[in-house]
Amino acid sequence: MTTELTGRKRPGAKLHLKRTLVAYTFILPNFIGYMVLTFVPIVLSFVYSLSEWNLGVSKSFVGITNFRYMLFEDLDFWQVVWNTFYYTIGTVPICLILSLLLAILMNQRMKGKVFFRSVFFFPYVASLVAVAVVWMALFNPDKGPVNEALRSIGVKDPPGWAGTAEWAMPTVIGLTIWKQTGYYMVVYLAALQGVPTELYEAARMDGANAFQRFLHVTWPMVTPTTFFVSMMLIIGTFKSYDIMYVTTQGGPGTATKVLAYHIYNNAFVYMKFGYASALSVFLFFVVLLITLIQFRGEKRFTNYL
Amino acid sequence: MNSSVTIKRSTGKAHIKPSRVAGRTIVYILLIAACAIMLLPFIWMISSSLKAEKDVFTYPIQWIPAEARWKNYELIWEKVPLLLGFKNSAILTVCTMVLQITTSSLAAYAFAKLEFKGRNFLFLAYVTTIAIPWQVYMVPQYIMMSNWGLTDSLLGIVIMHAFTAFGVFMMRQFYMGIPNELLEAARIDGLSEYGIWARIMVPLSKPAVATLAITSFVFEWNDFMGPRIYLSSTDKMTLQLVLRLFNTQYSSNYAQMMAAATVALIPVFIMFVFLQRYFVQGVATSGLKG
Repeated sequence: MTTELTGRKRPGAKLHLKRTLVAYTFILPNFIGYMVLTFVPIVLSFVYSLSEWNLGVSKSFVGITNFRYMLFEDLDFWQVVWNTFYYTIGTVPICLILSLLLAILMNQRMKGKVFFRSVFFFPYVASLVAVAVVWMALFNPDKGPVNEALRSIGVKDPPGWAGTAEWAMPTVIGLTIWKQTGYYMVVYLAALQGVPTELYEAARMDGANAFQRFLHVTWPMVTPTTFFVSMMLIIGTFKSYDIMYVTTQGGPGTATKVLAYHIYNNAFVYMKFGYASALSVFLFFVVLLITLIQFRGEKRFTNYL
Repeated sequence: MNSSVTIKRSTGKAHIKPSRVAGRTIVYILLIAACAIMLLPFIWMISSSLKAEKDVFTYPIQWIPAEARWKNYELIWEKVPLLLGFKNSAILTVCTMVLQITTSSLAAYAFAKLEFKGRNFLFLAYVTTIAIPWQVYMVPQYIMMSNWGLTDSLLGIVIMHAFTAFGVFMMRQFYMGIPNELLEAARIDGLSEYGIWARIMVPLSKPAVATLAITSFVFEWNDFMGPRIYLSSTDKMTLQLVLRLFNTQYSSNYAQMMAAATVALIPVFIMFVFLQRYFVQGVATSGLKG
């Protein structure tokens, strides 16, 4: 009986091992690359953040010195954190509301749906470098069409847009919203199409008007998407710096210098790899925090019907 | 239109209530307004690209130039190495796309359809790191690549972007939907796992492949900071770098800057017009959680 059992077991185990090996051959090409090029650098960010490593100075362990410098001595740090918040607060709510509104409009039975969707989505796939130069020309303070139009309707002193510390960030926020809204509209549209039509019919039978239907059917049903979209948007705004790079170069002064731009400058302009890594670790924890809030919030506030 | 008529005909499909007509009109007005905001910058760009420099900023805006100045489109190629940019961007995009699709689809098959030790753990590792932005690890990654001599080379950027967690995740979601019976039948017929992947999974997953291909095309073609950090020699410049070079060197020449921007947008525009269904699908699938 024992021999029978082991006799049965062995080929099974062999087969199992073979299956595992085969499975690993499928995974390895991507996994090795991902490990070496993404996972290891993430870990290294933490390691480097604890060391001093500048141009001409070789790497040495300095403990939390970089973090202390970041929080208490780096004059730019709190400025860029504030700018990043400003950018996020300015972008996320408007982008969210506009994308949901456009998605609701698009979810009606109507003609030209594909056309509208394409037009709204195209800015998202258009090259940032190309649209930034157009945007900057349109918003040129002296001769740009936007200010010419403002002057023609009687605004005597139109904003200096990207040229002034006051208006630079709103200009960048405007470009971001213009470029991103179509993307999130498509996300919302997919969610809206998943809302069962019976719910709307039932609400209509109960005499709910359009606004009530939105409040009691649409909004609760898309809550998971709203959480997802807000998380994507917030992480997106916290990590972006390319948009400032191609429009304002972080200026004027430090008006549009954001956290990721500060990382870039410290690493690739000032060659302070240790300090740049400390800033990266800070960004990592911000992203982690946002993700955790999103997970907890989703559990608490989502209405799964 | 009086109410009795409305009641009588309310069962008829073709009939629309007046309030609905008004509602629909508002919907269209809002959509057209939004459309204008999205499109006008592009129209202004094309229009300006065909003007003489002195006419670019005339106000009121002259949407159709009195005389189209096609010469702008000739001159830009001489001023900066645009053609080289196209070539380098094409190489970069095609190589990255092929590698991303191949490695993602292989890994996704194992995660979706094969049972092995550590599968769930590994997949979890992928999913949890998917949201970590590049900005968190770009510094150590750059140092690593620089040690291997892979900076200032297109190969370095290809390698940096070839292995994606997003691709694995997306393809896996798609593969989960392919019935197991199909694979069992193929196994009984003696097809190996590699055979199943090549002859069943890949052909069946064309929509997912198309979606991933487009996502990676758009990302790679438009990527600016990656090449900006990695590439320093002129002969390796991508299209976005060349475009940026133009904008900084000829910053007072708006007509030609607009011409260069238009030219740079054409490839993505063509892709978009023909394959926009897949663009949209990619967004929708990444937005809906599986």
